[in-house]
Parts: sequence; structure tokens; C-alpha cells
Amino acid sequence: MRKILLLLLLVVSPLKAEIYNINQLDLKKHQGKVVYLDFWASWCKPCQKSFPWMNNLMAKYPAENFTVITVNLDAESEAMHQFLGKVKADFDIYHDPSGQIAEQFKIEGMPTSYLIDASGKVVKKHIGFYTKHVDKYEREIEELL
Amino acid sequence: MKVKYQWLILCALLTASGCSSLGVKPWERETLAREDMLMDADALDLAFDEHIYFSKEASSGGQGFAGGGCGCN
Repeated sequence: MRKILLLLLLVVSPLKAEIYNINQLDLKKHQGKVVYLDFWASWCKPCQKSFPWMNNLMAKYPAENFTVITVNLDAESEAMHQFLGKVKADFDIYHDPSGQIAEQFKIEGMPTSYLIDASGKVVKKHIGFYTKHVDKYEREIEELL
Repeated sequence: MKVKYQWLILCALLTASGCSSLGVKPWERETLAREDMLMDADALDLAFDEHIYFSKEASSGGQGFAGGGCGCN
């Protein structure tokens, strides 16, 4: 019964996010696009605040030039699924439970995001998410488009 | 004598390396981020503690962390 309910919930929910394993993350595949790479976790409050804005980015900029890719750093995938049941995500999510990519990117705080230009070079790094700086973040993206 | 020094240096190095992995990484703060992990989770308890610090040590504040204690932002 529980499984059927869960399945029903999955079908009915407007969730557009695809969840992949972190090993499937290949940033080279997105070369030619500006990429907003965001590291988040379900327990991190500012991360939650950034979700509607990132959804907005996906709608605002053309998909052939821009994409949002996020990496979830929850140790338990259940916490991530619970979070995504409550918060809408219109972008792809890569689950990194052991933090192997976070280690590579030397994440200093949660959330941390990187703005990567079309050539694959990291141009900007933001530690934390501040709604008051949203305009600045968007200007940085538009400069690269 | 020389061997003794070598051992001493080796021990010192081993001891020093013990501090290389202190603390949790920003993405490992899940448990710390829980509300009940806050030092000011219980208001009454906090008030008692504050009173003791204030009257005995002439200090106050510095108990809470903004943002749920997860070190976010």
C-alpha cells in the first residue's frame, strides 16, 4: 500500500528534477553553455531559499545557452527525497553522499555555487545565498550569455 | 643516540599529523544543523546559564549561532 501511495505521489507531483548519481556528472557535456553549479543539502536553510530563484533562472534563460546543475550533499538520500517532495526543483540534481565532488571543489560553506562560462572555466564562486544579491548574480550570468 | 632522535622526530610527526583532520566539512554539518543541537535550544535553560555567566563571570551572550547552527552563510 505504501509503495502504491509513493508511486502515486511521484506521478502526481509536479517534480521536474531528474536525480542522478554523482558519477554521472560530466561538466564537459555542457561545454558551450553557461552553467550555474550549485552545492546544497536538505538541512541547509539558505539552500532552500535559493531553489525558487534557480527555478526562475531555468525559465528565464534559453536552455541552449544556460543550465542549472546542482549537487546534493546529503549523506542519506531519503533526506534529499523528502526535501524535494516539499520544494520544487526544475533542474538536474546529482547526489554526492560521500562529498567526493565537494572535496574536489573545496566547498567552504553551504550553499556554494560556481558560475562556469561556455568554455568550461569557473568564472565566479558564491559562498552562501543572499536574496539581496540576486540582481548581482543575474548580472554576472547575463554578462556571460 | 642518533636512532633515539629519529624516534623522537617520528613520534613528533605522528602526533602533529593527528590534528590534520580536525572538524567537520561544511557539507557534513547535518547533525549540527538540527535545532536541538543549538546551545540555546531550551529558552529556560539558556536563561539560567546566562544568569550564572552574568553574575559569576560578568559575561553574557555568545550562545547561539544564526542559521540553525549549520554554518550556512
